[in-house]
Amino acid sequence: MSVVTNTTTIGAIEAPSRRNTELMMLAFAVAVPVFAYINVGLALDGKLPTGVLGYGLGLGLLAAVAHLVVRKFAKYADPLLLPLAVLLNGLGLVLIWRLDQSQRLIQRAEYRWGSFSPDAPKQMLYSAIGIALFVAVLLVLKDHRILQRYTYISMAASLILLVLPMFFPARNGAKIWISLGPINLQPGEFAKIIIAIFFSGYLMVKRDALALASRRVMGLYLPRGRDLGPILVVWAMSILILVFETDLGTSLLFFGLFVIMLYVATERTSWIIFGLLMSAAGAVGVATFEPHVQQRVQFWLNPFAEETWRQSDQIGQALMSFGAGGTLGTGLGQGNSDLIGFAANSDFILSTVGEEFGLAGMMAFLMIYGLIVERGVRTALAARDPFGKLLAVGLSGAFAIQVFVVAGGVMGLIPLTGMTMPFVAAGGSSVIANWALIAILIRISDTARRPAPAPAPSPDAEMTQVVRP
Amino acid sequence: MNKPLRRIAIFCGILILALLVRTNWLQYVEADNLNENDRNRRIQIDRYASERGNIIVDGKPITGSVKTDDTDFVFKRTYVDGPMWAPVTGYASQAFDANQLEKLQDGILSGNSDQLFFDRTMAMFTGDKKKGGNVVTTLNGAAQKAAWKGLGKKKGAVAAIEPKTGKILALASTPSYDPASFAGYAAKDEKAWNALDKDKNKPTLNRALREIYPPGSTFKVLTAAAALEHGAVKNIDEPTDTPEPYILPNTRTPMTNLVTGCENVSLKKALEISCNSVFAKLADDVGREKMLETAEKFGFNDPELFTPVRVSESVYDKEMERSENSLSAIGQFNTATTPLQMAMVTSAIANDGKLMKPYMVDQLESPDLDVIEKTEPEEMSRPISPETAQLVQQMMENVVESGSGKRAQIGGGVKVGGKTGTAQHGANNSKRPYAWFISYAKTGDGSQVAVAVIVEDAGGTARDDISGGGLAAPVAKDVMQAVLDGKE
Repeated sequence: MSVVTNTTTIGAIEAPSRRNTELMMLAFAVAVPVFAYINVGLALDGKLPTGVLGYGLGLGLLAAVAHLVVRKFAKYADPLLLPLAVLLNGLGLVLIWRLDQSQRLIQRAEYRWGSFSPDAPKQMLYSAIGIALFVAVLLVLKDHRILQRYTYISMAASLILLVLPMFFPARNGAKIWISLGPINLQPGEFAKIIIAIFFSGYLMVKRDALALASRRVMGLYLPRGRDLGPILVVWAMSILILVFETDLGTSLLFFGLFVIMLYVATERTSWIIFGLLMSAAGAVGVATFEPHVQQRVQFWLNPFAEETWRQSDQIGQALMSFGAGGTLGTGLGQGNSDLIGFAANSDFILSTVGEEFGLAGMMAFLMIYGLIVERGVRTALAARDPFGKLLAVGLSGAFAIQVFVVAGGVMGLIPLTGMTMPFVAAGGSSVIANWALIAILIRISDTARRPAPAPAPSPDAEMTQVVRP
Repeated sequence: MNKPLRRIAIFCGILILALLVRTNWLQYVEADNLNENDRNRRIQIDRYASERGNIIVDGKPITGSVKTDDTDFVFKRTYVDGPMWAPVTGYASQAFDANQLEKLQDGILSGNSDQLFFDRTMAMFTGDKKKGGNVVTTLNGAAQKAAWKGLGKKKGAVAAIEPKTGKILALASTPSYDPASFAGYAAKDEKAWNALDKDKNKPTLNRALREIYPPGSTFKVLTAAAALEHGAVKNIDEPTDTPEPYILPNTRTPMTNLVTGCENVSLKKALEISCNSVFAKLADDVGREKMLETAEKFGFNDPELFTPVRVSESVYDKEMERSENSLSAIGQFNTATTPLQMAMVTSAIANDGKLMKPYMVDQLESPDLDVIEKTEPEEMSRPISPETAQLVQQMMENVVESGSGKRAQIGGGVKVGGKTGTAQHGANNSKRPYAWFISYAKTGDGSQVAVAVIVEDAGGTARDDISGGGLAAPVAKDVMQAVLDGKE
């Protein structure tokens, strides 16, 4: 036991923790939104906004707390995830605050609901709660593999979260909310994490059966009938969500997530083909009888048609907002993205990005999201245990699908669905859940990049190593 | 598990890439289309986001801008003497878009034009608010007022041009409308708009530029010019060899005259008493092709005349029988003209045969009154030689001295040449005829003003009394007088 050669990790010698890199980038991630905040104030009132100090300190404090906790409890974590999330969250706050200043939106709110209340302070509070949850996850979850124990509890929990909104009244045409007194939650946001945990635990156990017990037909490995069970159940679930909650987004997210994880677990391309066929069949099938879905497709295909405009001008307004931004944008505070009116600062916040930051800003935003996904998948690659791999790819895959579905919907690439842009859009559930998601990815990456501890002096270990070449 | 992981990474990359391509498509390729979409309120919002520049006449603005407490439109357009100036300014409404100068020069007026890029950039550094530039017109306030007052409650139009440059001096149209009445987007604006829209008298129609009328006898001036130019008549005082009655070529229809004494009369006399037969015969002598050539040189059949407001196409028919050509030459058949076109004919004759392109925007100014663009007078064509022009002038001056245009005399060394017209229209002349008068005024310094007046329907005037000399000539006289007074 004198020479410990570990063939599975990058190296036993002092792996760099990259915490100082993270700190430096965090400084930028806080500074950029603070400048953006000042920019909005100057553009709107011609003077330094009074709230800038409080805003800067608040965001800085949250970033500092998060950083210190990572430094202490997840020393080897990926250095990019936290700064990217802070940057998005910070800019999101600025955009929401900017839209709070819009006379058009204020008058609209006063006209519709009798009063207007700014969303930025609420969002600041949600961000704080999000960071608190982030800290809690890192403190409580010392190793992500603990989550494996809760596979079936997760299943139950996610089912409940997904089904619950059916029993609450629809808000703005979609049943994706549960209302408990003054608190409104979008359980779908939390469900996407919990369901990823369930899929990871389930697939880790079943992957061999799903992968190996199959028949080869026309060059494809087709799964056995009884192994089709789980995918059919998940498919049925997402169809149910689509029909009863009229929520295209969650349905897509849910099913896409499962197909991705199934593919990664089994390495069988046939699952992807199967999944695509099933989702296509499901979508077309539902669209034939569900007017809500048909309507969304109509809006998407003819955003400027008379008929569409009479019912909802949102997509058309969003498209014109992007057009108005052009290459370089109008500059913060100087656009008219508030013409969208309803949901301008939540589902449609991306059009404010498009109009005021322009094409350049939109590309930067999308690249930030892309980077988060990339760091997530990289974490999956680096993870040493199949559960960690599956969970990391599941979470980042869900994140990517969500970004695609929301941004694609707002930009008219695909039909619009009721979901929010992670970290940027106003809404508590989204911010809080996504901070938890980042915390889990950070935990997995920490475990993955942590230098392996010296193996315990167990005879079994030695024997295994002897066998290796 | 790493192979599928890599593939998933690529898949996620493709999702992001699709979004990147889409945002490029929207914000670069499609941006202009989206910005020009009819449903895009930004067009209106931009138009009223900053203090709109003004349209200027004689150094004074005839428009204005007031601040409102609206969230979408910060400023609203106001007008000084709106109805009088409407044919020049057009309107700029928050709800109903804009037209004429307000629309064509919107870039300058709203401050969004690329020509103001430098000013905008400077304003960014100095912290000034964006402001619109001014459009300085060529119009003459006194002449416009004379035209407006002269038309009064009658339906009609006046166009006056400075012959040497083509500057439009007056452009009136009645009945008119007040563009301020629907400048906003409130319920009352919509009501005013709808009322104007439904009005049978079409008050929003710019008759001076956009309505075409049969020119009647005023067209004989052009026919006389063509006859002299193409050699059909050598001497204006020699008999023209016209029989009485004159039978239209290839027909048995006699060309009736409303006056007596047209047989074999001289060209000068024929214009003075307005003989139909003489001009019908001359047009046939000149021939359709040559008539058409001269008419087109004077500006007929040109669909693309911009002042910069587009002028409707005046018509001299291109395909017709000899007899129809003869009818056209006395302003009947298909011949139709805008008042501005007749003013152009007059101005070319008064300017010794040189037709200047009519224009009404003298210069564009930046918000700090720097000149951005100045319109230089531009020669449009030379329909007739100076000699021909001077002969026609002699004849037109004779009309005012001793013919039907006596009421346009100014005196005091000012030579006035003119021609009246009473254009019949409607089936069997059932409708009330149009009263025309075209004229120019010449001082020692050359021709100062050419004007065309049409009175469509003089309410209250007995039908037989409707005549160019009686109804339209006094208006033309006042307009010319106003221009001349301004020169002193």
